[in-house]
Amino acid sequence: MPFMPVKFNLQKRVKLAQGLWMLYWFSVIAGILIFSLGIFFKIELRKRSEMMDNNESHLVPNLLILVGLLACGLNAFGGKVCHDSLDPIKFSKWKPMLKTYLLLCCGFNVLLVLVSLLCFLMQFSVYLTLAEGLSYAIRFYKDTDTPGRCFMKRTLDMTQIEFHCCGNNNFRDWFEVQWISNRYLDMSNDVVKDRVLSNVEGKYLMDSVPFSCCNPGSPRPCIQHHLTNNSAHYDYDHRTEELNIWTRGCLEALFSYYSSLMSSIGVFVLFAIILESVDMAGLKYLSTALETMAEPENPECESEGWLLEKGVKETFSDLLTKLKTLGRTNQVEGGDAPEANT
Amino acid sequence: MVVMKMKFPFQKRVKLAQGLWILSWCATVAGATTFTLGCILKTELRRRAEVMDNQDIHIVPNTLMIVGLASLGINYFASKICQDALDAGRFPRWKNFLKPYFAVSCFFTVLMLLAVIMSYAMKGSLESSLKAGLRNGIRFYKDTDTPGRCFQKQNIDRLQMEFQCCGNNDFRDWFEVQWISNRYLDFSSKEVKDRIKSNVDGRYLVDGVPFSCCNPSSPRPCMQYQLTNNSAHYNYDYQTEELNIYLRGCREALVNYYMGLMNTIGAGVLSIFLLQGSVLVSLRLLQTAMEAVAGKENTEIETEGYLLEKGVKETIMEYLDPVLKFLLLKNQVEEGSAAATTTPT
Repeated sequence: MPFMPVKFNLQKRVKLAQGLWMLYWFSVIAGILIFSLGIFFKIELRKRSEMMDNNESHLVPNLLILVGLLACGLNAFGGKVCHDSLDPIKFSKWKPMLKTYLLLCCGFNVLLVLVSLLCFLMQFSVYLTLAEGLSYAIRFYKDTDTPGRCFMKRTLDMTQIEFHCCGNNNFRDWFEVQWISNRYLDMSNDVVKDRVLSNVEGKYLMDSVPFSCCNPGSPRPCIQHHLTNNSAHYDYDHRTEELNIWTRGCLEALFSYYSSLMSSIGVFVLFAIILESVDMAGLKYLSTALETMAEPENPECESEGWLLEKGVKETFSDLLTKLKTLGRTNQVEGGDAPEANT
Repeated sequence: MVVMKMKFPFQKRVKLAQGLWILSWCATVAGATTFTLGCILKTELRRRAEVMDNQDIHIVPNTLMIVGLASLGINYFASKICQDALDAGRFPRWKNFLKPYFAVSCFFTVLMLLAVIMSYAMKGSLESSLKAGLRNGIRFYKDTDTPGRCFQKQNIDRLQMEFQCCGNNDFRDWFEVQWISNRYLDFSSKEVKDRIKSNVDGRYLVDGVPFSCCNPSSPRPCMQYQLTNNSAHYNYDYQTEELNIYLRGCREALVNYYMGLMNTIGAGVLSIFLLQGSVLVSLRLLQTAMEAVAGKENTEIETEGYLLEKGVKETIMEYLDPVLKFLLLKNQVEEGSAAATTTPT
């Protein structure tokens, strides 16, 4: 008893072939989109790899690029098969390859499911990498003369300006690091000497933030130094006043950007999975409908198409027995050989 | 004196019609592109409308949009005409339409060229508009509590950060204005009182710039206050040190940006102008070649096509005659000759 049989006359077969051809070309476009999304994601990760201590995992974008290319190839082949399906001579060329092709498509769908899962799960890894990378970035902000870290200041400043954020968790992260290099500190000055001596590690710590933390939308000219000192500024109370620096942390800002990007890519891959499954079902119907034509010479005859030749349970048990016999043929042969010798 | 006479056997006419059909569809796409380019330029100009004093420069994108829409119509009709051209029965119905059609098409094609010329010619107007707009922006920077000027500070800050510039001509423009509002100045402090008394207008002037002038690429944390005071900062000499604020003025930055944009768009529009011109020339040749076929039984004869029947001057006078008559310039001559005919009697 075939699983989900459908009767096909010539009109229906022609419509199925044409519809399926269009659907395959949509899938090719979807494959191109997945490929370009993978490239875009890779570029976004590389742009901010300094914020992640050059430690970020490129697994997801690489997989997306691979999957996009595979999707293009597989779906273009499927479209060609559909295009030739109504011409019996051309179709007989493709007939023997169809079973392998459908198995490949099955495997490809499983790969797509895996990629979609990774898009959602790898967000945790991105979060951890960002947290670590940003703490290093803040620590190395002042090292503009150290090779390999020259551009950390510029990258962090541009990130804070672009993402409207300040510091790792919030702006107080800047109070805990020395972000002004010793080259620009007058070590003979008493104020400087007091500050440096006031902490164990001899760091010049201040309650100030860099200029890139300033919020242009604030009505007041930016207060970036002596943030906790109410008397340093006129009409200022740091506890009650709305500060005119960004209060959000860059970890939260960057993570929300990347997580929304990865979630949308994951949803798009899910949509591509559905599209691929519909393609596979359509191709199975079309191939079985063409195979079961009662009179191959008469194109107008009726035929029947199905998804599976037997029911779902029987197909699975068939598969299992096949797998078992694959393993058992070797043992049987091994048993035969000693018998032949004796 | 016929301008550009060419012989057209039947096959050549067919090829001309087919080529023209493809060309007119390309020109339709080009017309849509012109419209899009006009929209892009207008959007970019509107984004910075707060720092522009007048909207004179908007004539360039407006012209481009009008020309783009007109060329869509022109090329649509061109493709229709050349489709009918090879059918001797259907071509005559276009006869009365073609003269005004060519006049309108030439007008819009010349307008396209004018738009490109204007985009270069209006550089001076754009520059003076930006100069006045930026001067006002810097003056009203502190007025974040005045309705209508609340967002001046935010606009100028964002502009300076995005275009990497500071002030109008350069950063010293900030030294001449009070950009810190009185709401944030402690008038009981001696320092503030001294500064205010030190100038005629009673303004609080500082040798400092807003934070948006800071250059993130500089290796040193930003020095934005006391720029001319060498002793205020360690290891700092105002005259010799490379300042870590942007040195370029915003007027120069914006003019360069807009002229670059208009140059790119102008190059594209020039090539579209050449395409459109070739469509019109081919259509005219096809029309004149087909007119000679009209009324003959054998439609496959060889005919001649030309651009203009008379010379250029005479054709222009022929088109301008109705316009001049309308303007009553020719009526005076008629009155004079009417008086001359009446007097002998």
